[in-house]
Amino acid sequence: MELEAAKMIGAGLAAIALAGAGVGIGIIFGNYLSGAMRNPSAAAKQFPNLLLGFALAEATGLFGLVVALIILFAF
Amino acid sequence: MTTNPMHQFEVYRIGPEINLGDINLSFTNASLFMAISAISVLSLLFFGTKKKSLIPTRMQLITEMSYTFVAKMINDTTGSSAKSYFPFIFSLFMFILFCNMIGMLPYSFTVTSHIIVTFVLAAIVFIGVTIIGFVKHGIKYLELFVPKGVPIALLPLIIIIEIISYLSRPVSLSVRLFANMMAGHTMLKVFGGFVISLGLLGGWLPLGFSVALTGLEILVAFLQAYVFAILTCIYLNDALNLHH
Repeated sequence: MELEAAKMIGAGLAAIALAGAGVGIGIIFGNYLSGAMRNPSAAAKQFPNLLLGFALAEATGLFGLVVALIILFAF
Repeated sequence: MTTNPMHQFEVYRIGPEINLGDINLSFTNASLFMAISAISVLSLLFFGTKKKSLIPTRMQLITEMSYTFVAKMINDTTGSSAKSYFPFIFSLFMFILFCNMIGMLPYSFTVTSHIIVTFVLAAIVFIGVTIIGFVKHGIKYLELFVPKGVPIALLPLIIIIEIISYLSRPVSLSVRLFANMMAGHTMLKVFGGFVISLGLLGGWLPLGFSVALTGLEILVAFLQAYVFAILTCIYLNDALNLHH
């Protein structure tokens, strides 16, 4: 196979990591909402933790993006 | 195709070329924007605390809010034993926040979208935390790798995993900030390119997307500075209060 074509396929495969980030962000916000509906008085206190979890989950997807960029531009 | 979306991350030299042996020490646009963000933090704190009135002006209010925000964050995650590390975490947070926010201005340069900048910041945190841990607990700091209540049979595996996760801290800390800033700015430029290529009829949809994405990016710029600072606090907590 041509090296260029293999690079493109590899970069595309690395983008699959975003699926995991999507699942993670969905779980975080869904669980926060269901918890906040059960006990609204405790919801505001946990909002920073929600944002922290969101940022951590989003970052794992971006690691995949970094792998894709390394494949495309660094090799 | 319009211009390359990666073009915005290019580092170029401003002014004369300065060489110190083999090291190129020229003043670049990256150093210019680092200086701009450092000066903005300093001037915010200087002018914000100049007139100390009971009813604060907007400048004073922003300064007090950022102070109490970081102080509360350190107190909540690390406890009162980390009070002496407040200046470091505050300057780290403000510097990253201002770098990210100034990067959101059109035609500016995002310093934190370069891995070397974020990696140096993360390496300072990692090395500093490790030194603090060993100074405070001596050789007992290695107990960090031995979680309590783990069966003896599992222990060798757990210790290896803990050491790997400890060593990967600076990598994940730096790559998180770098990847978020770079991906966000690339995405903004790609959508900006769609506005041009779709023309007067179809360009409105990506234009609306760009506006929404700019809002999201401002949120991410704040969040990543917050996450960087709070993870520093959590790592400090590991070093200061072993097994708590």
